[in-house]
Amino acid sequence: MKGLKAILLRDLRLGLRQGGDLLTLLLLFISVGILVPFAIGPDTPLLARLAPAIVWVAALLAQLLTHDRLFRADFEDGSLIAFHHAAIPLEAIVLAKLAIHWILTGLPLMAATPFLAVMLGMDMTMLGRALFALLLGTPALSAFVALSASVTVGLKRGGLVAPVLILPLTLPVLIFGAGMMGDDTFGAASQAGLFLAALSLASVALTPFAAALALRVSGE
Amino acid sequence: MSEVKQTHSEPGWFTRLAHPGLFLGWSRHIVIPLAGLSTIAFAIGLYLAFWGSPADYQMGDTVRMMYVHVPAAWLSQFCYALMFASAIGTLVWRHPMADVSQKAAAPLGALFTALALFTGALWGRPTWGTYWEWDGRMTSTLVLLLIYLGIIALWRAFDDQLKAARIVAVFTLIGAVNIPIIKFSVDWWHTLHQPASVFRLDGPTIAPEILTPLLAMTLAFSLLFMLLHLVRMRTEVRKRRVRSLELAQARAAKGARP
Repeated sequence: MKGLKAILLRDLRLGLRQGGDLLTLLLLFISVGILVPFAIGPDTPLLARLAPAIVWVAALLAQLLTHDRLFRADFEDGSLIAFHHAAIPLEAIVLAKLAIHWILTGLPLMAATPFLAVMLGMDMTMLGRALFALLLGTPALSAFVALSASVTVGLKRGGLVAPVLILPLTLPVLIFGAGMMGDDTFGAASQAGLFLAALSLASVALTPFAAALALRVSGE
Repeated sequence: MSEVKQTHSEPGWFTRLAHPGLFLGWSRHIVIPLAGLSTIAFAIGLYLAFWGSPADYQMGDTVRMMYVHVPAAWLSQFCYALMFASAIGTLVWRHPMADVSQKAAAPLGALFTALALFTGALWGRPTWGTYWEWDGRMTSTLVLLLIYLGIIALWRAFDDQLKAARIVAVFTLIGAVNIPIIKFSVDWWHTLHQPASVFRLDGPTIAPEILTPLLAMTLAFSLLFMLLHLVRMRTEVRKRRVRSLELAQARAAKGARP
């Protein structure tokens, strides 16, 4: 437990001290959101209709492109080999890293969502729903990112393979996330919310085992 | 060097399957008969499909597209099941031929999935009036194609094929868990955005005069798949052998330490 806490704090400190990473993440999120209005024109009603989709695609891309952060540095400096032989199971370490990844990417994305909301013409209730949907969905995204990061950690040129690999698997998150912000006349949005929460819980619970297996193979 | 103890007993079936050299030996005798069987099955299937079956009363002759489309769609899923079984073989038993089987299957899976999508698009044009419809089944097949292509990209990203096999195996298992979830979410999404009217083929029953050529063509395509898979596996074993010979030669030529 003590060792796990040390790893949590270490990763949190490392993440916060490299402030540039956080800035890049937020810039990417906002830039993708801004690209769409430039592409389709300043049509406010249309943008408001597309807003859920834009927010989710931006969040998805921003989180997917942060995969290098999870295990790469530990793989390069050899910490990962130490983790293999640590007294704590590797699965628990992966879970800790997953939690930190969510704190360092999921939460900042939610904090930046109001900016996108203003620019895309979302009203307050829509913003609330967007934040709730992101709260439920970003843990699943972090889990998928951890999966792709663990699979590609041994690759020198893993940069583009990881997002390409994991993108099809994140489709349910996108579908339920955007569905949760959609029309709720037949209870579809609340249903999507339940599915999204289930997806997050299941993927956070199962990812540590799969990712630890991949990390063990990569470290062999 | 210690003496290798010679065993005179016949190798068991598992060794025969697992040992690349023995595999090359016994599979050589299967390739030609399998090719023959596949050709015969195609001859019968194509005859039944073109002359032995009636045109559909609604779709006319375009119904014959089904005899290519359905087997391809079946193989696109069968191939993933095969890769899943091979991935377990790789991870649990470190079976060398399971690695080769996984690697040989991925492009075939992508090919048959693409064929299913392509024939579906060609079929959709006269019957639905559009090449592409965001139909639940088509969309999940498209996602399956993306997963196959991702797996091929992952294979290519590694230099060390032994490590690649185990990593790809982990990813194949992850994909196998996710495919039903993706299928479910796409179906949910599709019912949410139900388009006005989409022609549906899956009626309660299929007439036997259509079912017979369909089954014949499915058998023919399955035999073709097995043949292609076997040939690709043989090629992969030979490729690895050539590579290790080249490496040994390069080492000898440079005079490097072994």
